[in-house]
Order: sequence, then structure tokens, then C-alpha cells
Amino acid sequence: MNVIEHGRGKPPLDPHLKALENEAIHIFREVAAEFERPVMLYSIGKDSSVLLHLALKAFHPGKLPFPLVHIDTGWKFPEMIAFRDQVVARHGLDLIAHTNPEGLRDNVTPFSHGSARYTDIMKTQALKQALDIGRYDAAFGGARRDEEASRAKERIYSFRTPDHAWDPRNQRPELWSIHNGMIHPGESVRAFPLSNWTEVDIWRYIQAERIELVPLYFAERRKVVERDGMLILAEDKRLELLPDEQVREEMVRFRTLGCFPLTGAVRSQATTLDEVIEELEIATVSERQGRAIDRDQSGSMEKKKREGYF
Amino acid sequence: MSSQSLSQTAAEIDSAATEPAALHHPETVARQARPLRFITCGSVDDGKSTLIGRLLWDTKAVKEDQAATLRRDSTGKQNELGLPDFALLLDGLQAEREQGITIDVAYRYFSTDRRSFIVADTPGHVQYTRNMATGASTADLAVLLVDARAGILEQTRRHATIASLMGIRQFVLAVNKIDLADYDEARFRTISRDFREIALSLGVRQVTAIPVSALKGENIVMRGGEVMPWYGGPTLVETLEKATQRTGQTTGFRLPVQRVSRPGEGFRGYQGTVAGGSIKPGDSVVVLPSGVEANVKAIVTYDLVRNAAVAGDAITLVLDRPVDVARGDMIAAIDQRPQTGRAFNARLVALSPDGIVPGKRYWLKAGARRQRVMVRPTSALDLTSGNWDDASFLPVNGIGVVELDFEDTAIFDTYETNRETGAFILIDPESLNTVAGGMIDGKRSKSGRFDALPDADRATITLPARLLETFLKTEFARAHAGEIRVAGPEEVDGE
Repeated sequence: MNVIEHGRGKPPLDPHLKALENEAIHIFREVAAEFERPVMLYSIGKDSSVLLHLALKAFHPGKLPFPLVHIDTGWKFPEMIAFRDQVVARHGLDLIAHTNPEGLRDNVTPFSHGSARYTDIMKTQALKQALDIGRYDAAFGGARRDEEASRAKERIYSFRTPDHAWDPRNQRPELWSIHNGMIHPGESVRAFPLSNWTEVDIWRYIQAERIELVPLYFAERRKVVERDGMLILAEDKRLELLPDEQVREEMVRFRTLGCFPLTGAVRSQATTLDEVIEELEIATVSERQGRAIDRDQSGSMEKKKREGYF
Repeated sequence: MSSQSLSQTAAEIDSAATEPAALHHPETVARQARPLRFITCGSVDDGKSTLIGRLLWDTKAVKEDQAATLRRDSTGKQNELGLPDFALLLDGLQAEREQGITIDVAYRYFSTDRRSFIVADTPGHVQYTRNMATGASTADLAVLLVDARAGILEQTRRHATIASLMGIRQFVLAVNKIDLADYDEARFRTISRDFREIALSLGVRQVTAIPVSALKGENIVMRGGEVMPWYGGPTLVETLEKATQRTGQTTGFRLPVQRVSRPGEGFRGYQGTVAGGSIKPGDSVVVLPSGVEANVKAIVTYDLVRNAAVAGDAITLVLDRPVDVARGDMIAAIDQRPQTGRAFNARLVALSPDGIVPGKRYWLKAGARRQRVMVRPTSALDLTSGNWDDASFLPVNGIGVVELDFEDTAIFDTYETNRETGAFILIDPESLNTVAGGMIDGKRSKSGRFDALPDADRATITLPARLLETFLKTEFARAHAGEIRVAGPEEVDGE
């Protein structure tokens, strides 16, 4: 068997990124070795793209020893779905897309049910369904500790009850780089190889490793409408404009990608990776500022995590 | 910090770190070191949250929307400088916010132009010794915080003891609230001297003491020169930028095998993270516990077939002949092997409410190797006196010396020589929880003693009989119990 070399002509990573990469690969291999039915949650965004890249590295020259699951709410940006399908084809991945059938039947939308209930039904409940259907005992996710206060206390192996619930008061201590992967039947872990990465690390790594991203991360003239202090993309027919709302064209990009009605764009001129990184290093607001679901109430991420969200 | 104590890693970044920290220029050079991991020790009263908050704030790691959330939560609680209540920023869980205490380990991230940092923020009370041990296990350095008005407290000694036990060899003493002590130089000198004595008694020589005001931001990121003209040393951030990292290079090559990769006919690679030393194609290695020897044919990574790998690298190793290697095995340098055997001595920190029960069988996990072990505590550390007293049970948060007995071969280095291959966790076979973190002191021979040292390598000290008992209760004596021969006037050869 010939071993393919992907790194020809690419400068080596700086020691900082190399250390983060090594740690992530270690976690991938450990989970794959210790659990019977691992799976990777793939959300198409920049963190998922880095996560996938690291997984490919961890198991090279072999293929990924687990499938990918994408929770499709039906309200993702269309460019995300197109990008997803390209990536799956290029790497020959086993991807399972799951949509909550009850939510679909009841026509649950961000507009009809509000962001909190919509997120619970179409994301949290859908995720639990997908994990139950696959009987997965470990699920990789791209969450980072620097994202949000309750995530700062998240473990690399985050234990979940058979109901997928997270109990922050009852977590296993993690010492050194030794991970305890022993669980009772029905229990599972969420494993977070990117725990120690920051947003800047993610972007620097994307740049250094030349990882492809959904074009929405780069500034372009796009149709947007201002709603609740957020710039919402106004390209989907299902977005009904309120009486005083007006669609404008602006140079915008997205710092995170979720469901388009709940993800705010930022005004930006950054059309290249270098410009995005430069913009980021002088940014004074965090990336989750554009996420409506974090703002329902203080502590709402912790609440969602307790209920089974990532 | 003396220049002589800087290791290679620090020397490399040293030339870049001699000027004061300049923060967040967009065009930063690639960082020249891996992230420095450190732990902060101190209590709420010492201003620990304020110190960490100040570090994050002054390095611009806190963004405006996060600060706005703080303002919304804090019901107008702001300090006199108009900054948000940092404790709210740090205490991420609702239970903590409600109780006003930090109950867990939280990790924070910030960076300067020169380096990035991971802070393990752990609570200070006695009942959270286990959280501190968890945070300290991966830390290169400990920042110990004292209130300039109160000076060294019992908890300072306790924190320093736990940090040194977990293998931390660099301390920074932050003498906080120096503004409330009238920037008194003599007061600072006294506290620093007292602390250096404690550190020395624990075998830690690398100590930097800094007078700081976390609230006012003096000597944290910005200098406090105007109000403390008598202090010419580094700021906290400068000290952290120059700190050294443990490299795990004091042992030979170690590769704990995580998994065997067999993607197709003709390829068989052993995947793992190098836990010590370095390796290149052509090197001779031994597979443990089987003892089979082989040579390295190739080091495969996704990017390139490499011509060398060092400690910390996640690699796939290909050997030159078909040998039987499984997950949990160790591939090691042929001429610098780890210790193998069925009996070891170790020190433990008990993490679970049930403590560590004598004679109980646990799962022990070290690297990728998991095996059954019987654990017998022999002594426990009294954190107040610093003495090691006889004990057969370790309660939660207890630190003790234990004997480990395995049913099959165990493979270790001592924790002192390798923090990766000398560390382990214990898992309760019923609850499956992680119930202890442990550090290997050495192998025990069948007679219950350490492997004998030839007399030619021995030296003799004598001391007054009244001091003998005190000496034998020190950490040093306990850690080396099997190597010390005690002979009284009657020439009794005992331990």
C-alpha cells in the first residue's frame, strides 16, 4: 500500500498549532479505540471543518473508523448543504443526515415556534434521536471551551446519562492526558478534541493547513434584513418580511454558521483568509454574539447542555 | 528567575521576550512555543478571580458582548474602576453563581504576541484539593496568590505542597493587594523570603515573587513602576512568557500504543503520541511487555513521511518486521527501557467521596494501558504539618503513599523522570468513576523494598536520634523510603 503525502510544499505548523493538533489527534485515536460505536457530529461550519481535517490526519493512512452525523434542521444556509455534499464525495465519507420527523410533520420553524422551542425540537431532540437510532456510545463534537462560560468547565470526555443529560456537578476529573472511557450500558460521552482551541487558533489552522470553508465565511455583497439587532440573510423565500423591514445589499460575512434565520451576519470587507484573521485579531465582540440562541437568557447554554445539546 | 535555570525551550523564546509585552498587533509572528499551561492557587479573599479577570481583560481576551452579559448579570456590581465583576466572568455555572463559589476546574485562554496561555482556574478550599490536583496535573507552572496584608497562610503552604507533588517545579508568588499595604517594600521582601523557604523545603528552586495589585492592574500586564519604584523585576505576564516547559526528554523514546492501523494488505502502523525521547527510522526499539525487538522502518503522518519525531508528536510508527503489538503495549528505546514489573510504589490523590479502600481492586489506566490493580495505602500526608503519617485508608482529598500490586506486567517510568509514563488514574470497577490520580515513585521488589542499590553508590549521613522521626516523615524520605537504610546506635537495619 502506498502512503499518500498531503503536506508537500507546505511549511510546518508553528509549535503552538502543532501542540493543539497533536492533542486533538490523541483524543480521536483514544475514543476510536475505547468505544464501540463512535460517531462524529458534523455541522459544516469552520470548527467542524477543522475537526474533520484532524480526524483524517488521526487515522491516516486508514479511512475514518466512524460515520458522520449531520443534524439538518431544514433551515441551514443552502450553501452549507452544497458544501457538505462536496466534502462527503471528496473524502468518501459515510454521512448520515437526520431531521426530526415530528418537527417536520408539525412544521416547526424558527418563526412559528420561537428560537428556544425551535432549537430544542429541531436541534437538541433531533440530535438525541440520531444518537439513539445509531446506538452511538461516543460522539465527537467541535465545541471549544473559549466559546461560552459553561463550556469553560466542560471536560474533554463529557459524560451523558442514557437521556443524554449533562450534570455539571457530577463530572469525572481529567488528569494529565489520561481519559477514562469506561461507561455503563446506555451511557455515552461527547468527546471534544478542540477543547483547548480558541477562535483565532481555528482560523490560523485553517490558513496553515489550507482547509476549505463554506464561502459564507468571507465577505460578499449579500441581501440582508435587520431584525432584533441582527443582520439576517434575506435570500430564502420562506423568510417573511415584517411591515417595516427592508432588504438591503451589504458587504457581510458570517463568523459562525447555524440556521439562517437565527444567525446574524457581520458587516465586513474581509474577502480572504488573511483579511478574516486580521479582522478577528482586532475584533471586540465574541463570535457567539451573532447567535440568537445564546441570548434567550443568561445561563441558557448551560440549560441547553443539561438537556442534551452539545 | 535566574538565567541558569532556563531550559532550552525558554532560551529559544528568551531573546524575543526581553522587551515588555506588546499586545495584539494583527501582524503577529508565528508563536514560537506551545501554550504554557499554568494553575492559579489562592482563595476568593486573595483576589484570585480579580487576578485572572485582569489577565483576560488586559490581554483583551474578554469581548464586549461578554462584558455586556456581565453587566446584565451583575445587578450593577462593579468595582471602583468601572470594570465588571470578574468573578461572574469566571464562574460559568449557575450553581456557582448562586453560591458565589468556584466548585470546579475551569480553563481560560489568553495570549500575548509571544505566547499563548491556558490557565486552570481551581478553587482554593481544602475540600477542593482534588480539583487543584486535577488542574496541576498538566500545569508547567503555579501562580500562588497571597494577600499582602495577610502574608503566607496555611493554605499557601498547602497549595505549594500539592503543586510540587504534582510535579510543578516553577512557582510565581503574586503578592496581591500591595496597594492596600501602602506599597511597602519591606512587607513584600518578608513575604517573599518566607515563601522561598517553603518552596525550597519542597525542592522548588525556581521562584519569582512579584508585588501586584490585580484590581488596579499593577505588575500584571502593565508595569506598576510609578507606585513601586523599588521593584525592578518582571510583570506577571513577562514571567509567564519566559517560563520553561517540561519536555519529557529525561527518559528514552516512549510510544504508548493507542491503536493498530491496518487499512489494507501490507500496511501495519502503530498509532500513538510520543511520550518521551525521540525516534527516527533505523532506531532499534523494544515492544513491551513482550520484549520483542525491532527497528523503525518509517514514521508516517498525514502530511509527510517524517525523518524524526519527538515527545508530544502524534505519529504512526511502522516497524521493519512483523511483530505482535496491541493497544496498551509500549514501544520504547532499546537501550533506555522503562521499568516493568508487578509491584510499584506510588503517591495518590483521592478524588472520590468514597476515598481509597485498602485491598480493593481497581482499574488502573496509564497511557493506553488499562489493567487490574490492588491498592494498599501505607501513609498519608498531613497538609498542615507537611508530615507523612501511617495510614491504611485515604479519604477524599487525601494524599498518600500506596503500594500497587498488578495481576500482569505493568510498565512505568517514575513520575519524576517522565510525567506522561509515570502517571495513572484509578477507576472504580462499579461506578466506573475516576477515583484517584497517581504518580509512580518506583518499582517494588518482591521483598517489599525498592530494588537494592549497590553499596558502592551509597553515602551516609548521621543526625541526632531525636530528629530521625521528623526526617522520616518528610516527603523526601517517604518518596525514597525503600532506598534509605536506617541504622541506630544498635546497628538496627530497618526502614
